[in-house]
Amino acid sequence: MVKGKPPPLSERRRFLLQALQGIGLATLGAVTWSAYLDEAKGSKLFLRPPGALNESDFLSHCIRCGLCVEACPYDTLKLSRVGDNVPLGTPYFTAREIPCHMCDDIPCVPPCPSGALDAVLVSKIDKAGTTKLDIGMAKMGIAIVDSDQCIAYWGIQCDACYRACPLINEAIVIDHSRNDRTGKHALLVPRVVPDVCTGCGMCEKVCVTEKASIFVLPLEVAKGKAGSNYIKGWDEKDEKRLETQRGGGETTVTPTSSQKPVDYLNDEEF
Amino acid sequence: MGWLKKHRFLILRRLTQISMIVFYFAANAWGWKVLEGNIGSSLFLGTIPLADPFAVVQMSAAGALLGLDVLIGAVIITLFYAIIGGRAFCSWVCPINMVSDAANRLRRVLRINEVERRVVISRHLRYWVLALSIALSAIFGVAAFEFISPIGMVSRGLIFGIGFGGAVVAGVFLFDLFGVKNGFCGHLCPLGGFYSLIGRFSVIRVKHNQEKCTLCMKCTTICPEKPVLHMIGKRSEFVAMGECTNCARCIEVCDDDALNFNIRLFKQQDKE
Ligand code: SF4
Ligand code: SF4
Ligand code: SF4
Ligand code: SF4
Ligand code: SF4
Repeated sequence: MVKGKPPPLSERRRFLLQALQGIGLATLGAVTWSAYLDEAKGSKLFLRPPGALNESDFLSHCIRCGLCVEACPYDTLKLSRVGDNVPLGTPYFTAREIPCHMCDDIPCVPPCPSGALDAVLVSKIDKAGTTKLDIGMAKMGIAIVDSDQCIAYWGIQCDACYRACPLINEAIVIDHSRNDRTGKHALLVPRVVPDVCTGCGMCEKVCVTEKASIFVLPLEVAKGKAGSNYIKGWDEKDEKRLETQRGGGETTVTPTSSQKPVDYLNDEEF
Repeated sequence: MGWLKKHRFLILRRLTQISMIVFYFAANAWGWKVLEGNIGSSLFLGTIPLADPFAVVQMSAAGALLGLDVLIGAVIITLFYAIIGGRAFCSWVCPINMVSDAANRLRRVLRINEVERRVVISRHLRYWVLALSIALSAIFGVAAFEFISPIGMVSRGLIFGIGFGGAVVAGVFLFDLFGVKNGFCGHLCPLGGFYSLIGRFSVIRVKHNQEKCTLCMKCTTICPEKPVLHMIGKRSEFVAMGECTNCARCIEVCDDDALNFNIRLFKQQDKE
């Protein structure tokens, strides 16, 4: 074979190569970008403002304008920056620094232009039929007590969180029991009522231990899920589920599956 | 006086860019009600919503059923640039513009242009990034570009005092200085691409007067989107390509009054 200068690229070849290069670069970009998005969407350990949609809807709605941040009189809310481990530019708060003070008029929610903060989620319809903002409906997270480090569980008198809770005696209650260690004292320990707790974080803020022993976690992180196969037989509403159970819902099929669960339970064999 | 005249639009642009940031900042810091929010979405005079239409497009692609305010805001902004401003966002509003102008200035001072190794990226790349932004938004259910946008980072950083987005600014600056001339704004930024597309038919445009042109080419040297000035010295016509940012630098540097702002009405252009 004769070696020499290769012939100049044909137009067609040049075009194809350039197209290939473009596709290659685009793929590289897309892959890197996707990896980053996936990673950024994965972080979950932060608290959103009251009235926030569930996290995935919130992320697609929030335009990162910061109007909620500007409206908050306590400087609770801030927009995340690089390194905060919160999707970039979205509003969140850190309860141990500045918790949500559960403003009655919830000034942070109405200014939201995008619907990422939804007033409906923090409103109640009163008896007269008018819709009114009610911060008690907020579900920013749930307070969890670390009963190992909370000094009240050691028998030391402390009710800082209980007193700080804007929903005192509703969201946190104090349970009494005998102190088995001393045999003659009482244990007065805080217990969070998950249905009521708004996740405002006032308790976390005031907790006296070095690192808060009561702290708010986002719902998605803090909540378990019993699954639809457990039914509260003492709860009329929950029991209604039994009636609609045939067909849909459960998938375990046994010879008795064709019967309504109610009939099955009432069968003679039981 | 001469200097002032040579920089009249530049001064106006800096004034607009900076005063917007000042108003945003004051809204956050002292509760002024002139312009609240940030470049992504704002409330003008406490009543008129404004929103970044590109963000809204991404969010809709992500499947969000957005609130009315943000939709109205996006329509207002779209109409403004589509009918009046063209791609003026880039040279009159966007904070990154100051960064890229600074890089360009230093480029000219250091004469980097003359030693530059030709790094070729197509100016069309931004439209691919634009398409990719929308595709990834749809796939991941989040506004994809907003996760990495240096524009958002810098504007939030300045307004909410959460750091300057210093690393991003440095990144854009160095890329523009040593990498590609107008690398970010002229090649990569999908928001610039977006405004180029919607601003294509706006009425305010630069117009070239070929008879007055002495072919000094100062305009093409200063222009951040050089290809849009393809008619210089050849034909008297409007700078019609959407990529022109209406920055008016070409008008200012021209010593022969061969470039000027003009109103383009399509009726009139048909006759030409
Ligand atoms: S309810 Fe009040 S304190 Fe809590 S985030 Fe909203 S504005 Fe801030
Ligand atoms: S006001 Fe709404 S859209 Fe704006 S940052 Fe807050 S949650 Fe996001
Ligand atoms: S228990 Fe804590 S987080 Fe829950 S409402 Fe009370 S203070 Fe707020
Ligand atoms: S191209 Fe992008 S970064 Fe540059 S000025 Fe326009 S919007 Fe801003
Ligand atoms: S043509 Fe003139 S106004 Fe348009 S981008 Fe170039 S320098 Fe700016």
